Formats: sequence, structure tokens, C-alpha cells
Amino acid sequence: MKLRARWLIPLAALPVVGLLAYGFRTDPRAVPSPLVGRPAPPFALTTFDGKAVSLEAQRGKVVVLNFWASWCYPACYEEAPVLEASWRRVGPEGVVVLGVAIQDKDPASLEFIQRFGLTFPNAPDPAGKVSIDYGVYGVPETFVIDRRGVIRRKHVGAVTEAVFREWVEPLLKESV
Amino acid sequence: MTSGTAGRPRRGAQLAAAALLVLAVGVLLGSAATAASVSEDEVHAIASELRCVVCQNLSVADSPSEMARQMRDLIRERLAAGDRPAEVKAYFVQRYGDWVLLAPPARGLNLVLWLAPFGAVAAGLVVVATLVRRWRRQAPRELAAPPAVGQVDRDRLAAELERLRD
Repeated sequence: MKLRARWLIPLAALPVVGLLAYGFRTDPRAVPSPLVGRPAPPFALTTFDGKAVSLEAQRGKVVVLNFWASWCYPACYEEAPVLEASWRRVGPEGVVVLGVAIQDKDPASLEFIQRFGLTFPNAPDPAGKVSIDYGVYGVPETFVIDRRGVIRRKHVGAVTEAVFREWVEPLLKESV
Repeated sequence: MTSGTAGRPRRGAQLAAAALLVLAVGVLLGSAATAASVSEDEVHAIASELRCVVCQNLSVADSPSEMARQMRDLIRERLAAGDRPAEVKAYFVQRYGDWVLLAPPARGLNLVLWLAPFGAVAAGLVVVATLVRRWRRQAPRELAAPPAVGQVDRDRLAAELERLRD
């Protein structure tokens, strides 16, 4: 009886320790988006150079919608050259890269755009409506939208060339 | 006659203008009424049930962050547009998942969260009850039977007492 009780206490603690070990290792921010597989919420923004940009106008193209901020260091600083280079490489094949600066000040955003020589359209989201519509909870976050306007992938963290290779370029082969 | 015909259209125009004015005031009052009907209490009630997405363990109501402020603005805007509180919450759940609700809905795997505390309390009560019963069963028996003293000890006790008496 006593021997069993001696084992019962550590045995009872085991699942709790296991749960905590699992819980503390998982990223509390890595939450799966319910939007993947659903139609991308429409939006219309005005780019920093005054041009109108909307999702509707990109129909038929693969859209890489990137949410960033100038204060998001280092991830946004890491991905900016990748986004620019990929946009130059696969842009002519039918990929549109769109940047949305969120929770940012316009002068700081413009400085960021200049610093990396970004040529793809970038727009501010002053009221945060587009970012909330996409369920964005941090920067950088990137949505890959297929030719039919369906969100196919949400990438949290800096975009890498592998993201373009594995998630963007295959969508070019799909028909509208 | 001429003045009469001239006067009638003028009166008609005046009436139309008055009607327009009444209509305009009505529309203004109406819009003011719908805007005013969104109370901060209502916004706060919804915001306090939503997780601030850029914070850790803070509600949209409690967070001073820019994103939470934008979310509160959005809640206010949707309520003003005639959405019910449940619809406003559903709007956020559609975009952020159940994760955005501070109280996860009691269904599916989430039921574990809701039932586990009651299970833990029940298990604790069972443990306490069995322990108490066991103690009550053991205690009288130990009192009833004093420890047996062997012959060696008895002899020694007698010898020691003898020595003390001397």
C-alpha cells in the first residue's frame, strides 16, 4: 500500500510535466489561420506613390500579399531583399508582390522602401482594416493568393526564396 | 390672377423646401441617434472578450497597443453599422479563429479545458474522502492495542526501577 502511494504521486505529476514541457516549447504565436483555403478578403488601398491598388485588379495573377513594418527588425529587413528579387524574377510570369505597411509611420515606411529599393507596390494601412481583415497578428506575415483569389498559404516570419519556390511558383501552373 | 398663379408655385417651392428641411433634419437626427446608440460600454464588453492579438494575455479592451485601438474602432464601427455583438465577435473569429476569444467556446477538444477543473476537484475530493476513512479506521485500533513489551525489556525496566529506588 505504501509502496503504491510512493509511486502514485510522481506518476500523477508526469502528465502535468509532460503538458508543460509541450506547452512551453510551442510558439504561442503560431496559430493556424482559418483563412487558408478561403477567398481572400477584398481590399483597395492607395500606394505610397499615390496609385490605387486593389486585390480585385489582380485576379488571374498569383498574389503575394506581404504585411510589414519599418520597426520590424530583423525579420522584415531580412525578407525585403528576397521579396524584391523574387518580384523581379517571377513578376513577368504572373506573380504580383504587394506590400502593406501596418502600424507604421509613413516617413519611416518610405525610408524602408528607399533603403531596400523596393519597386513592387507598397501601401499603408492607416486604420489597420486590411490587416485585421486578414487576421494579421504580427509582422511580417505573408499570404499567398492563387489565380482564383483563394488564400493558399499563410507564412509567418521572414519570406525566404524557398517560400516562393514551394508555395508561389507552383500556383503559376494552375489555371484560372 | 397673375399674382395668384405666381404665388402658388412660390408657396409650392416653400413647402418643398420646408419638407426637404424637415427630411434633412430627420436624417441628421437619425444618423446622430444611430451613432450615439453605440455606447462605450457595449464596445468595451466586446473588446474585453477578445484577445489582443499583438499582446500576451491581454484583452483588446485592456491593451494600449495601436492594433487593439484599431480593433476597438472597428468594433464601434460595426456596431454603428447595425451589427449585433455576436456578429462582431464572429467577424473576428472568422479571421483569427477561436484563438481570438479569451473564453474558448465549450465544444470539441475545448471541453477538456472547461471540464478538467471540475474533474480535478472531484478527484481531489475522492482522495481526501478515502484518506479520511482510512485514518478513522486505523486510529482506534492503535489506541486499543498498546505496544507489546517483551520479557527482556520488562526485566530491564524492573532492574532500572530497583536501582532508582536505592
